[in-house]
Amino acid sequence: MSGSTRALTREAVWEALAEVPDPEIPVVSVVDLGLVHTVELDGQRLRVELLPTFVGCPALELIRGSVAERLAGMAPVVEVEMTFAVPWTSDRITGEGRRKLRESGFAPPGPAADGAGRPLFTTIGTRPTASCPWCGSADTTLENLFGPTLCRTVFWCNRCRQPFEQFKAI
Amino acid sequence: MSAQVLEAPVRGALTGLLLAMADDEFVLGYWDSEWTGIAPVLEEDVAFASLAQDEIGHAQALYQLLADLEGGDPDELAYGRAPEGYRHARLLDHPRTDWAFSVARRFLYDTADAARLDALAASAYQPLAGVVAKMRREEAYHLLHMHAWVERLATGGQEPRARLVAAMERLWPDALCVLDGIEGDELLAEAGVLAEPMAAIRTRWLAGLAPELARLGLPGPPAARAGACRGPGRSDDFRWLWEQFTMVRRSDPEAVW
Repeated sequence: MSGSTRALTREAVWEALAEVPDPEIPVVSVVDLGLVHTVELDGQRLRVELLPTFVGCPALELIRGSVAERLAGMAPVVEVEMTFAVPWTSDRITGEGRRKLRESGFAPPGPAADGAGRPLFTTIGTRPTASCPWCGSADTTLENLFGPTLCRTVFWCNRCRQPFEQFKAI
Repeated sequence: MSAQVLEAPVRGALTGLLLAMADDEFVLGYWDSEWTGIAPVLEEDVAFASLAQDEIGHAQALYQLLADLEGGDPDELAYGRAPEGYRHARLLDHPRTDWAFSVARRFLYDTADAARLDALAASAYQPLAGVVAKMRREEAYHLLHMHAWVERLATGGQEPRARLVAAMERLWPDALCVLDGIEGDELLAEAGVLAEPMAAIRTRWLAGLAPELARLGLPGPPAARAGACRGPGRSDDFRWLWEQFTMVRRSDPEAVW
C-alpha cells in the first residue's frame, strides 16, 4: 500500500466546507454566509452543526445534505445537524461573503437589529435601506420587503434605474 | 432548562402553549397561501407567499419542539388531527374574505404574536428560547409589512378605510383570543418559561397598539371577548381549509416523501 494517511485537521474540514455553495445564491459558500456553528473533531467522529438562515427556508435539508455529502469519508463517523442554539443573523456573513454578494448584484445586508434588546413592537417604524450594488448610489427605494426567496428584499435604484435585491438584514 | 427537569404541571402547560402557538402559525400560513395568484398586485402575491412560508416554517419548528417534549411525529401533529383537535385562536377560524379583512387580521395577529414572542425571548426553556430568537427576527418584517398596509388602507380614501374599519370591528373580539385560552399560563410564568401570565401580555399588547390606532382613527378592542377561544367548536370555514390542507396526506397517509 502506498500513500500515507494524515490525521484529519479542523483546517481541512473548514476548507471542505468553504467548497459547499448556498443552493439559492451559489456564489457564496456556507462558510461565507456564516452558517457553520461548530466543527467538532473527536478521533473517529466529525460533527458539524449548522444554523438555519430562516426557520422555514426550504433549502435547509438541501444544505445539510450537501455538507454531509462533501464531508463524507473524511472521518469514520460524520454527523451534520441543524441547530437553533444561537440565532443565525446576517451579521455573520463574512467580509468575503459580502464582497461576493455585491459583485454578483446583491446588496449585502446592513447591520441587523438587535432582536433581543428591545420589544419587537418597537421595530414597527423602521425601514431597511440599501446602496445599489451596480452603481453604488444610496438613492434607492424599497419596492418589496419580500422577494424571490425568504432571504431577499427588492429595491429600485433611482440613479441607474434598475431593480436589485438585498440580502435581508435579519 | 431542559425537558427532563420540568415538573408535570409545567410540562403540561408548556405542551398546551406550544400546540396553541404552532396551530396559530400553521392555520394563518394556510389562509395566507389562499392569496397566492390572486393578491391585488404581483408584489403582494410574492409577499403573502413569503409570509405563508415563514409561518408554516415556524409551525414546523414548534411542532418539532412538541415532538421532542412529548414524543410523536411533527407531520402527524400538523396533518393527522381531526378539525376539532386544532387549538388555534378563533381569530383564525375566519376565511380570507377581502384584502382589507386579511390585512386587518394579520395586523392584529402579528402585533399580538409580537407581544407573545417578546414574553418568550428569555424563556427558561432553552429549546423554545432558541426558536423564538429566530422567529422574532423574521416577524419584524411581517410587522413592518402589515403596518404599512394598515396605514395605506386607513388613509387611502373612503372605500379602503370603510372596509378596514368594518373588518377590525368584526375581528377585535376574536383577536383578543390570540393571547388567551392557554391553561396554566401562571405556572409557566412562575417557572420562567413565560415572562408573565397571558393577561399581562395582553395588556402590554393593547397598550402598545393604542397610540397607533388612535393616530389612524381605527377601532380599539371591546371590553371583553365572548365564548371559547381555542375550540373545540370550529367554523365551517376552518373545516373547508382543513379539507384543503390535509387532502394530499389523506389520499395516501403512508406515502414517503
